[in-house]
Amino acid sequence: MITVEHLSKRYGTHPAVDDVSFTCEPGTVTGFLGPNGAGKSTTMRMICGLTPPTAGTATVAGVPYRRLGNPGRRIGVLLDASAQHAGRTGREVLTLAALTMGVDRRRVGESLDLVGLNATAAKRRVKAYSLGMRQRLGLAHALLGDPSILILDEPANGLDPEGIFWMRRLLRDFADGGGTVLLSSHLLREVEAVADQLVVIGGGRIVAQGAKAELLAASGTVVRALDAGALDLVLKRIGLTGTKATDGGVVVQAPAETVGRAAADAGLVLLELRPAGSGGLEQMFLTLTAGESVKEAVK
Amino acid sequence: MTTLDTAPSPAVAAAGPGPRTKNVGLARLTLIELRKLADTRSGLWLLIVIALGAAGTSAILLGFASDAEQTFSGLFTFGLLPSGVLLPVLGILSMTSEWSQRTALTTFTLVPARGRVIAAKLAAGVLIALAATVMTLAFAAVANLIGIGLGGDGSWHLDAALLAQSALMEIMFVLMGLGFGALLLNSPLAIVLFFAIPTIWSILGEMIKALHSAAAWLDLNQTSIPLSETGMTGGEWARLGVSVAVWILAPLVLGTVRVLRREVS
Repeated sequence: MITVEHLSKRYGTHPAVDDVSFTCEPGTVTGFLGPNGAGKSTTMRMICGLTPPTAGTATVAGVPYRRLGNPGRRIGVLLDASAQHAGRTGREVLTLAALTMGVDRRRVGESLDLVGLNATAAKRRVKAYSLGMRQRLGLAHALLGDPSILILDEPANGLDPEGIFWMRRLLRDFADGGGTVLLSSHLLREVEAVADQLVVIGGGRIVAQGAKAELLAASGTVVRALDAGALDLVLKRIGLTGTKATDGGVVVQAPAETVGRAAADAGLVLLELRPAGSGGLEQMFLTLTAGESVKEAVK
Repeated sequence: MTTLDTAPSPAVAAAGPGPRTKNVGLARLTLIELRKLADTRSGLWLLIVIALGAAGTSAILLGFASDAEQTFSGLFTFGLLPSGVLLPVLGILSMTSEWSQRTALTTFTLVPARGRVIAAKLAAGVLIALAATVMTLAFAAVANLIGIGLGGDGSWHLDAALLAQSALMEIMFVLMGLGFGALLLNSPLAIVLFFAIPTIWSILGEMIKALHSAAAWLDLNQTSIPLSETGMTGGEWARLGVSVAVWILAPLVLGTVRVLRREVS
């Protein structure tokens, strides 16, 4: 269980995270979505007690993270796979963590096997690792203490498609066994496949959150007409504006029935009329956060 | 990959803060910090160079010093020079590499009580200083035996006070390195300033008349000289104490505050 309440972080006058609240329940995977620079990593660092918040609180397993004596046994954390000493071997990194947490040294070998790093890779120094291998090492590190909660910042970065698929299975199984997972990404598609809760953040503020199924259901209707201009006029008449999807359709924030009736009344020929689903969610994600990421990019 | 491999039982997931959240013991943390000093190529080589340096000093004395100077005590005090210079670097890197290599992220995620990590680093530093002293003693003993064979003086007399003072000096310099490292959190800057500031201070103290009396109290290079001789007076201890407070305690305290407060990213 992770509880975040009104968490805020200011750097000078710049609000990096602004009044963010959400909870992650046991048995679920929560996808934490947002473009680069939206405040995902800052929020996760505040949850883990690495960054002091300007306001608000965060608790993990009911306790502020910094009050946990040996957090590795309850919470597996991967915030940045590259933040390892370049001169240590993969096995040594895990051995140090195992010694710190007080877990059996045999767990080191098991964890390496679990994430698919073989004996040769384990003996190499981290500076020779690819980003994908670092992510695997980071996951092994997070799973080492047999935690019931996982906090992972962009763990799929640098993984190949097979690795991403493998990680989804791992996280799904972890949550199905009663674990809690908080997983961040800037790619909707990536978390959509595994998350059952979504928290969308843009410019430091939460712009949407809820069960994935609900968000998908609320993401509107795709409609495509033979005569696109006429459809625009019809939509305008009933007080709706559509946003153009990439495939030539139009996404409308209204139930299919409303749009269908209006089209029938006007005698329009429709080629497509269906719930927008994830396409609509992506559209929403882009509109809600696009302005922010552009601002971030030119800063 | 099965569910059994990773998934915790729901009972574990639901359990409140239990015995598993007990603080990590300081002894265990100290062992880990000692291990971290030697588990990278650079750290290991620094330790090897310190050992080679201690052995090298014995060779120099045996090869070039007059027979009368080849005593156990002489070999020992001269043998401490390399570790006196290099152990502080080990201390500096112990603090700064957490930030330059960004391992602070995992270190403080596993041990959120940052003060305990700092305490463990200090303890590891003291232990390694003592180990260096013992190693130098061993090298000096072997060299003295060889010296006797080569016609050196070969006296085995070593004043107990001198031994304790030498160990203290090693510890002081390691702690000073740790203090500079914690305060600056940047390896090259800390190493350069560690060697430059006391030297510059010594030169200024020599050159400028007004600083003369101040330097007698605040120049650690000067106040620590009596440590390598027997029969230190109360006044000498007082001067040493003042310069230790300025050059070792102050950086350690300020550095600790900085590490405790700093945002880790």
